[in-house]
Amino acid sequence: MSDQGTPGIREGNAAASTRESPAGHPSDDVDDRDDEAQERGKKERNASLWADAWRELYHNWLFVVSGLLVLIVLSWAAFPGLWTSNDPSDAGQCELLNNRAPPSSEHIFGTTVQGCDMYATVIYGARPSIIIAVVVTAVSVFIGMAFGVVAGYYGGWIDTVISRLTDVVLGLPFLLGAVVFLALLQDQNIWTVAIVLIALGWTQVTRIMRGNVIAAKGQDYVEAARALGASNFSIIMRHILPNSIAPVIVLATLYLGSFVSAEATLTFLGVGLQLPAISWGITIAEGQLLAVGGFPHLLIYPAGAVIVTVLSFILLGDALRDALDPRGR
Amino acid sequence: MGRYTLRRLLQFIPVLLGTLFLLHYLQSLSFQINGNPIRALFGDRQPPPETIAALTRAFGLDDPCLTQPGNPCFGLFFDRLGNYAQGDFGVDFNRQSVIDLIIRAAPLTLRLTFIAVVFESIIGIVAGVLAGIRKDKFIDNFVRFSTVLIIAVPVFVLGVLVQIGSGLYVGTWLAEQGAPEWLTATFSITYQSDHPWASLLVPGMVLGALSLGFIARLTRTSLIESMRADYVRSARAKGLSGTRVVGIHALRNSLIPVITYIGIDVGALMGGALVTEGIFNIPGVGGLVFQSIRSGETPVVIAVVTLLTMVFLLTTLLVDLLYAVLDPRIRYE
Repeated sequence: MSDQGTPGIREGNAAASTRESPAGHPSDDVDDRDDEAQERGKKERNASLWADAWRELYHNWLFVVSGLLVLIVLSWAAFPGLWTSNDPSDAGQCELLNNRAPPSSEHIFGTTVQGCDMYATVIYGARPSIIIAVVVTAVSVFIGMAFGVVAGYYGGWIDTVISRLTDVVLGLPFLLGAVVFLALLQDQNIWTVAIVLIALGWTQVTRIMRGNVIAAKGQDYVEAARALGASNFSIIMRHILPNSIAPVIVLATLYLGSFVSAEATLTFLGVGLQLPAISWGITIAEGQLLAVGGFPHLLIYPAGAVIVTVLSFILLGDALRDALDPRGR
Repeated sequence: MGRYTLRRLLQFIPVLLGTLFLLHYLQSLSFQINGNPIRALFGDRQPPPETIAALTRAFGLDDPCLTQPGNPCFGLFFDRLGNYAQGDFGVDFNRQSVIDLIIRAAPLTLRLTFIAVVFESIIGIVAGVLAGIRKDKFIDNFVRFSTVLIIAVPVFVLGVLVQIGSGLYVGTWLAEQGAPEWLTATFSITYQSDHPWASLLVPGMVLGALSLGFIARLTRTSLIESMRADYVRSARAKGLSGTRVVGIHALRNSLIPVITYIGIDVGALMGGALVTEGIFNIPGVGGLVFQSIRSGETPVVIAVVTLLTMVFLLTTLLVDLLYAVLDPRIRYE
């Protein structure tokens, strides 16, 4: 255990909140407890961690609300046509003469600096953020889990190599690292931003997974499986992974939110997506200076979209963590 | 303690070298693929090849390995390490030494970091303690909700919104009321060098806001956990007063992770002020990186980031050693 006592919290990363232990337990299920006890008396429940978690989540209104919001934002990204009929990237949809118009019945959120409909711009701006967040989270969780399992399960020199590599990448402050890598690249688009965020993002997952795998490896059921002649691969797949994946799922949810935020931040700094792309970061950057000049709607709507999206992912992750951690029950 | 310190120091060296090499390798790779960054200085103009060659030599970029894609340029890396050890971080395109630029910018960033850390620690710990001792009451739910909200707002959005709210509306209103100058400087849109502390107050609070959320949550959970511990129950059973139990027994132990977090945050904030310094137009270290990116001075960006990374790693090392001093479980592991 070489990195014991190295608190892996840096730069307000989402992972910081996963370090907290699950004392925060939703209070609204206290009432359910008596009913559950009675129910238990009637019939023996076959309650796995996931079944328990699902029951708890189902009754948690924060989870339901934030889940619905996430679904709405995902549908903006996948099918923007469902929400608005005018695509700001189509020719003729934006009238430069009608720029920065305040909200009216024709344009309910007003118009942007380019004279496009703000409502449509916010809807269409979801796609790059969501694509980046989903791709980066999926790939970095996959890489991080693979590294973490290999390092934790096999130990030895391979663990040393992976752990030191993790330390090296974690040595770069997150935002600074991302800015440097992107500044070094010649052109910046969705995929380069995604690659840079993946390169910096896998480390937290590796650390958490490695710790969980080491803990799971010492359990008696793993010994038993090995005594019965199970191969390493089947031990990992059937015993280690299912028992150490819960915190990673929580982290992944928080990752989705923080990468939406990271994409918007990098774009705002000028090293992320570039015009003529439509993205929340670009719209906010465009609106920033003019909002000071008395056009607050240029800022409020795109900023509101980012805040609501990130908030929903964080609340979702919080609810998942409370539900998946049996110590909180 | 001695063995722990030694092991931690030995771990520090490969990590430092590895991180520096990572930065070096990416920079070399970018030059190998994108070509000489000196050429970018001239924009659309076509300078004579001799000028480019002379400038390339002057910036130490004439190593032949920078034209071979994939070559890790170990020779150049060791030369650089030697230069770093002598405090030489190269020059920018105006021939100013990078270390001088950083020394000029550092006091601002340090002041900003100081304000942010004081703000986030005091408010964060107080909010966390209040929430922790009144678990599931109104104040707890309030703190939990507002910290999630703070964490969800990206720093640049918060910065821009605060800039408009405090700088534009409050600032203008104060100026109309004829408020004293230091007060209007506090609520101004940008940094004012005449008021080096007052005009950094609001940006410092923006910078510390995110960590404030984490500190409050960390204090809360950690306090709730220690309140369940046996020694707290014993203290109560002895008949100690509530304040004494919380203040002396529970809080002291539960602040250990919080202090560690704050320590690492100091390291992160010194380099992470990029966004805040950019928005509020503060000529600190983050502002330096920001400008160099805009003007395409990649060698300066790399040099500054290298130095900041060293500072960050060093703070992390110190925090880890401090952690071992505070928590015996770590050093006797």
